[in-house]
Amino acid sequence: MTKQKGKIIAGVLAPHPPHLVYGENPPQNEPRSECGWEELRWAYERCRKSVLALKPDVLLVHSPHWMTVVGHHVLGLPHFKGISVDPIFPHLFRYSYDLKVDVELSLAIAEAGKQKGLITQVMKNPDFRVDYGTICALHLMNPAWDIPIVSISSNNSPYYFSNEVGQEQMLQLGDATREAIEKSGKRAVLLASNSLSHRHFTTEAEIPEDMSKEHIYHHGQYLWDMQILKLMREGKAKELLAVCPEFFDMASAEVKAGALAWMLGALGIPDYPATVHGYGSVIGTGNAVVEWRAPEVRL
Amino acid sequence: MKNSIITKALIVPGLPHPLLAPEKNPGWQKLRHAFEEARKEIENSDADLILYFSTQWLSVLGYSFQADPKPSFTHVDHNFHALGSMKYEFRVDTDFAKVYAAKVKALGHNTMLPNYYGFPIDTGTIVAQKLLNPTNRLPAAMVSCNMYAEKQETISIGRAAATALQESGKRAIAVLVSGLSNRFFVKEVDAKDDHISSAKDEEWNRKICELLSEGRLEDVAQVAREFGKEANGDMGFKGIWWLSGLCGETNAFSGKLHGYAPIYGTGNAVVTLTPKEPVLARTPDTTSNAIIDAPGAPEPVGAYPHARREGDFLFLSGVGPRARGKKEIPGVTQDSSGKVISYDIEIETRSVIHNVKAILEASGSSLDKVVDVQVFLTDMQKDFPTFNKIYAEVFGKIQATRTTIEINRLPTPIHVELKVIARV
Repeated sequence: MTKQKGKIIAGVLAPHPPHLVYGENPPQNEPRSECGWEELRWAYERCRKSVLALKPDVLLVHSPHWMTVVGHHVLGLPHFKGISVDPIFPHLFRYSYDLKVDVELSLAIAEAGKQKGLITQVMKNPDFRVDYGTICALHLMNPAWDIPIVSISSNNSPYYFSNEVGQEQMLQLGDATREAIEKSGKRAVLLASNSLSHRHFTTEAEIPEDMSKEHIYHHGQYLWDMQILKLMREGKAKELLAVCPEFFDMASAEVKAGALAWMLGALGIPDYPATVHGYGSVIGTGNAVVEWRAPEVRL
Repeated sequence: MKNSIITKALIVPGLPHPLLAPEKNPGWQKLRHAFEEARKEIENSDADLILYFSTQWLSVLGYSFQADPKPSFTHVDHNFHALGSMKYEFRVDTDFAKVYAAKVKALGHNTMLPNYYGFPIDTGTIVAQKLLNPTNRLPAAMVSCNMYAEKQETISIGRAAATALQESGKRAIAVLVSGLSNRFFVKEVDAKDDHISSAKDEEWNRKICELLSEGRLEDVAQVAREFGKEANGDMGFKGIWWLSGLCGETNAFSGKLHGYAPIYGTGNAVVTLTPKEPVLARTPDTTSNAIIDAPGAPEPVGAYPHARREGDFLFLSGVGPRARGKKEIPGVTQDSSGKVISYDIEIETRSVIHNVKAILEASGSSLDKVVDVQVFLTDMQKDFPTFNKIYAEVFGKIQATRTTIEINRLPTPIHVELKVIARV
């Protein structure tokens, strides 16, 4: 029997502030909160409901907190278990994770990347601790952890040359990812684990979840975030990618780490509108939960 | 030198290759030998602790200080995971961490003392600890590298370490964990083909090594910004500012370059610096003509410093009530367009005095050393009585001379500003 062609059924801009997990108080996370960042947490709830209803076979996440300089790395062992402690916000995020990797698809993506001339590596050290950006995004999208995952590192080195060079390489990685998914026969959801504007406050409220202290770092960042979200809502991914290199510099944007370009590349630079499930600030940074679903994908 | 707070200062690389795979490349082996020589230099030291600043432990919310007395874990480098795992268990001087954190907090920074199982210790600190202090003979102290901090702030964090050592009555071996040029190869290279990724980086690295081998720590700190820019220095090579701030900002050292070699295109050196004179904590910014940026005071709204020292006098720029890093002004209520709806002169005045105090203390002075104050009020009739009452609470005993002037407007939507002259 011929294997059915695989498909990317959705792509999600899935930011990973540990504050969102902290605000939710899941059993896996040790610190406890009273509340916090509801706009974004409820946005994730809406997005989760929408995406999980599609019954994906695999979730792929690209995180800026697995930083590599020599190529794009993927997790290459079937199971990882451990504790993830955020080095910046350890008082908010100490999370016990237990995840299953779709190794077959991971290897296929690494191979497809190589075929396109990219440097790729497969991570096979069983002691490896999965980064908190990956853990947060996956928890927020699928807290049951019952769907296998693929984790891809953020290769910083192309940006040594320029933002444009970096973005071009991420689009290639997106192409490689799509090709591997199509060959796999699986229904995949892509998670671009990035915030938008990314200038942090350097101080923290006495009660971290005190929402009266939470706002965007400065108005210029907000304006940039709105411009980016407008392009997403209008289905103008091509224009979005054109403006991104400037956005990286003007708003210290975390999407510079490449996840958004990777996802848009994998989705074939979509010309259909994305759904913005919500936008909010976390310790001054701008974050949005945004879903791209191809018009032909139905429940 | 019994009274020196620093017995030895070191600069070492933080990549895992010399620890995990020295046999794969002559340069990595050379660095391993260099670590070994440095370890021998400090193994009989009578220091009380070994203090690390690693460019790989990045913080955002001010500064963090390892506070787990016995952190243990198995660490794998995110980039070079194929080289193997690093299992560790360290002994940490948490008493010193608390004193150091308090000094940094007094400068106006957020501080954190993480004491959690699994809190990630960075590759660089682990590599340095395992190669320099493998038996945990000396308790360690570890401070983070703030990713936003610039030169003056990083120097002040080094100086705070010196003050903390002096007050604790402890002597330290200071270790900066930092590479030199930090331009990695972006493709896989065979270990035997490793080399510095550009001739320009190589030239800069050699110059830095030459200066350090002559013991010229402060001279290196002075060229660090240019080096960082030209040779893609590791985190802009900002760690050298911390080390120099801690070690007295002088060139009075005997330097020894134990080894220099590439790792995946980056430049790496193991250097030891032995003080020729006792290193002592110094009052912040005691150099004459010093330009002072006080971390606890609001950011200037123009091209001026918070204060400037001339001889024994300190001249402060006009100080208002704004709070550092905050959009809201204490005591001022504004609508969404920024228009002032109401203000409370009492809250504004107290905030101004708080900021004046922060600048004075960051400059090595204090409120009781104020000699002259100029006061600017935007509504003399309405605000003077309240202002005068609060002023008297603080300055009544100090008896500084004072001039009070009503003006139409101040540059930001504030209603009181002080211009202060003080003795150092």
